[in-house]
Amino acid sequence: MSNVPSDLKYTTSHEWVRPLPDGRVEIGITDHAQSALGDLVFIDVPAAKRTLASGEACAVVESVKAASDVYSPVSGEVSESNPRLADTPELLNQDPYGAGWLTRLTLSSPGQLAGLLDAAGYAKFLDEEST
Amino acid sequence: MNELKAREPVIFDLSQPGRNAAAQMVASVPGDAQIPQSLRRGSPPLLPQVSELQAVRHFTRLSQLNFSIDTHFYPLGSCTMKYNPKACNSLAMLPEFLGRHPLGPETHGQGFLACMYELQDMLKEVTGMQAVSLTPMAGAQGEFAGVAMIRAYHRAQGDLARNEIIVPEAAHGTNPATATMCGCKVREVPCDANGDVDIDALKAAVGPQTAGIMLTNPSTLGVFERKILQVRQIVQDAGGLLYYDGANLNAILGKVRPGDMGFDVIHMNLHKTFSTPHGGGGPGSGAVGVSKRLAPFMPIPVVYKEGGRYRWAAEADLPQSIGRLSGFMGNAGVNLRAYVYMRMLGREGMVRVAEFAALNANYLLARLRDAGYDPAYPERRASHEFIITLKRQNREYQITAMDVAKRLLDHGFHAPTTYFPLLVPECLLIEPTETEAKEDLDGFVEAMIDILREAEHDPEKLRTAPHTMPLRRLDDVRAARQLDLTWKPAA
Repeated sequence: MSNVPSDLKYTTSHEWVRPLPDGRVEIGITDHAQSALGDLVFIDVPAAKRTLASGEACAVVESVKAASDVYSPVSGEVSESNPRLADTPELLNQDPYGAGWLTRLTLSSPGQLAGLLDAAGYAKFLDEEST
Repeated sequence: MNELKAREPVIFDLSQPGRNAAAQMVASVPGDAQIPQSLRRGSPPLLPQVSELQAVRHFTRLSQLNFSIDTHFYPLGSCTMKYNPKACNSLAMLPEFLGRHPLGPETHGQGFLACMYELQDMLKEVTGMQAVSLTPMAGAQGEFAGVAMIRAYHRAQGDLARNEIIVPEAAHGTNPATATMCGCKVREVPCDANGDVDIDALKAAVGPQTAGIMLTNPSTLGVFERKILQVRQIVQDAGGLLYYDGANLNAILGKVRPGDMGFDVIHMNLHKTFSTPHGGGGPGSGAVGVSKRLAPFMPIPVVYKEGGRYRWAAEADLPQSIGRLSGFMGNAGVNLRAYVYMRMLGREGMVRVAEFAALNANYLLARLRDAGYDPAYPERRASHEFIITLKRQNREYQITAMDVAKRLLDHGFHAPTTYFPLLVPECLLIEPTETEAKEDLDGFVEAMIDILREAEHDPEKLRTAPHTMPLRRLDDVRAARQLDLTWKPAA
């Protein structure tokens, strides 16, 4: 059973969102997603200042099995992306909710997180998907 | 034996300064003196220096390591390479073909042009399209030609707003790439649980921005798209054109025709369905077939027949053409092989290809299901290929699709495609093709039964496979993370 921290918001395409104290949000992919993809060998993160629409493909995660798009769960402007992933993509496998974060955004409008799944909702979705 | 082979060095490691095969050296190169000094290289190329026999042994030993269609059952199927009948190769190598210069006058190449004309005709017949151009050099270029024609058509109608290509998620992975290369936006449409296009999602996706749809049929899920006529209606009503990805044509050859399904363009991988050699990088051949309304936009040249003579048709004949994609007739030698293959099969033979390809796939599917493997789409009949998912075995025994694939090598079978399509977890995509005998299919099933038993009782054996190959399990993660490149960026 994969790890689903209770303080984050989720999407059905397996991204997570963490509200930061300064009002920005941090985005990554879930433990389930990293485990399904397998060992990651290349990660492409969005450049700072890029404007993302909700649902827009914003990052690419590539494992030896497959390359997948990561979709931005919210709309906003990229303030910074994780610089360590370029040389150490394995961080995302080892610590998907911590050191393996992908990007941080300034939200274009408040209240966007309300439409996302909470931990219980995402865990239930994973359950249904696996049966 | 395999241990020894594993130690076969790189030929450069055999190299000794000054050693060569004198008998093989060219004494002098005709025309050499005419190359201006400024264009000649200053130092000899860095080639291995070995004796003739060293070279012969080295490459013979390497060839013995091959896992190929000529040595093993190869469930990658037409997607990678079908069996290539040897006659296709011999006939395409006739000296009259090899000696023909592409810039020679048409009067000197009537035989070759006749073959290309008849190949165009046969492909028209088997796909139900109105015209065919053989000039795309590979499947990717065929796709490019197809979408470029769709764009050119809308432009010629003065309809500049249509820049979106719809791609179902079960389409070939190259389709979205092609649409993007042609300057279109990609709109993805999901599939339902049985592998058909989600009709409601398609209805919601079409509009005045729709340039067309790219549909792979049978899809990469190994099933025939049953709602194809509905899909056609929805896209046509929205003013879009229909593109048929012919990558899986092997399943429907002579049975149903994309032209009859109302499609505007199809690309055919002659190197897949029509059995020309490829794998290892080509060359391929990506002929395109078109409907009447797209015929004026075909890539050139094509071959016309007038008054019993054959000639190239180019700009003057097709002024709206999207242009040239290759200098002459695409990969002429590959086209010739496909021509011989089709002539050998004839009309009845083509139907047999599809029937036996589907029969073999469904036989394997049924036997593997009986053996305890899970089909990804249990409700569906296979086309020429099918998918099994090892999701359950992965949960129960902690083994992966890759472990099974690697263990198959120990049983003397080439591994099938793994982890594709991405929609199905822990999957193996198996395509036996029409040429396998029942005994060979049964041998594959026996190996799969052994492997499943091993997964239950000795899963570690799978996780560490292969055990009998010259090299054991390679660390593909490390290989991808720490690239061993000889290229260095300019300082």
